[in-house]
Amino acid sequence: MKGVRRAARAMLAVIALVSAIGGFLSRFDYARQDRDAISAPASAQHWLGTDQLGRDRFARLLHGTRVSLMLAPAAAALSMLFALVIGAAPGWMGGLSERSAKLVIDLFLSVPWLFLLMMVRALLPLNTSPVVSAVVTFLVLGALGWAAPGRILQARASRLRQSHFILLARAAGISRWRLLYKHVVPNLQPVLLAQFWISIPIFILAEANLSLLGLGVSEPLPSLGSLLRELESVLSLGGGVCRFTALIVLAVVVSSLQIAVSREEAY
Amino acid sequence: MVNLGLRRLVLAAMTLMIGGLLSATLVRYAPGFGADERQLDARLSSESLAAIRNASADERSIGSYYLGYLSRAVHGDFGVSRSLNRPVRQLLTERVGVTFQLVGKAMLLAWLAAAVLVCVACLWRAPVLSLGSTVLTGTLLCLPAGALALLSIVLNAPGYLALAFILFPKVHRYLSNLTAATAHMPHVLAAKAKGLSQTHILFWHVVPVVRREVLALAGVSVGLAISAAIPVEALCGIPGIGQLAWQSAMARDLPLLINLCMLVTASVTLANSGADLLAQERRPPL
Repeated sequence: MKGVRRAARAMLAVIALVSAIGGFLSRFDYARQDRDAISAPASAQHWLGTDQLGRDRFARLLHGTRVSLMLAPAAAALSMLFALVIGAAPGWMGGLSERSAKLVIDLFLSVPWLFLLMMVRALLPLNTSPVVSAVVTFLVLGALGWAAPGRILQARASRLRQSHFILLARAAGISRWRLLYKHVVPNLQPVLLAQFWISIPIFILAEANLSLLGLGVSEPLPSLGSLLRELESVLSLGGGVCRFTALIVLAVVVSSLQIAVSREEAY
Repeated sequence: MVNLGLRRLVLAAMTLMIGGLLSATLVRYAPGFGADERQLDARLSSESLAAIRNASADERSIGSYYLGYLSRAVHGDFGVSRSLNRPVRQLLTERVGVTFQLVGKAMLLAWLAAAVLVCVACLWRAPVLSLGSTVLTGTLLCLPAGALALLSIVLNAPGYLALAFILFPKVHRYLSNLTAATAHMPHVLAAKAKGLSQTHILFWHVVPVVRREVLALAGVSVGLAISAAIPVEALCGIPGIGQLAWQSAMARDLPLLINLCMLVTASVTLANSGADLLAQERRPPL
């Protein structure tokens, strides 16, 4: 299992590196249209062929992977911030604030968040730039995906508050800040990190679903999800394996992430 | 039991109210709220443009909009869909059955497949079977629901099958983790030491212990199924609630979106509460 995990991490690192230096690997811009090569098959010039608008698939795949791999962790970080403020902090304080936070978390867990996501994303102005649409999509993902990590962090913080060593530390007269800094934060950190890593593939998949519905990152900016929209055209499925490249890369990224974080999942 | 039921009902009603308010608030404060494509139409006169702006004026105050909506909803009036120009109630009545049928079939299939696979893995502890199911569920978990829906179109498979494939890995993972955890419990080890058969241990010592968790998972899986039904219905062209949600999101139809959100929240809350109540009722007497 350790070997599989290492291989998954290596795979993820390679994909991240290749997408990061994508500008040097591809001769084409992701948005440049080659009118002479519409839906062209893979060739020496276009390694993965071109799409229906004549754009180089390889360049778009590299750029799309970079967008997804950059913005999903940012959304996960935002989500963790919300989970800390709305979940862990009341869990540590206890009493009415904990009960209220539990109600809010239950509420967010009851509302299917794909619904909320669609609602907010659909209301973006029609003239929103592609970069802004990508940032807003992941921001909304981060702002709505905090409930499950919030519940876990709240339970952990609540258990910490009632634990013997914290009671002992309090009885010994340790100041509140020192207690937080020396005992609470180090004990919450592994759970927080685990939830952060688990959230990344969830957000990548959620963005892919939104993009497949036409509510994700807008054209011409690619993301792993928006590249999957090509699958929507059933006719394009007959064009060889390169048409599935985005799906394959997505599956590899998500599975690598899942395997890489499987140890942390134990928390 | 009655008290618990009443408490759950009050909690469900509260969740529903706050869920509706939350969705209305999110929509109201989302960037681009109030923007109407018709305002860009150069052919319209200034009076027509003013009329379009005034049409959404009562939606600007979230409180008044939501209170007005609630008072009308109590009398069975859920408003009129702006994009489809039809009463929301009529639209929901037409489509709710389709979605519940789709979700019901998919849940039945997913649960049946997951339960059978877990039972087989429990009874015949073959490493190949365990590895095979791990790879299958892992692969399915890595694919977006939309991609599975598109694959079902290509393979000419029914939509409920795509939804079942979306639900199956989640249910299977949880069930297999539960049974694996129970297999190490002292009473199961004692039963094994006494030489009881695997079938006897599974159905008499494992299933009764995990029953409450399984019921809770059944409640949760309703929410998962309804969420996953959106891309499946939208992409497979199934005229249910999910497709309606997608159409209303694309058309920025606020009244329809809020009603759909309330309906889905109600379904999920009721399913969760029902599962909780069942789990309480079947708790063995001490």
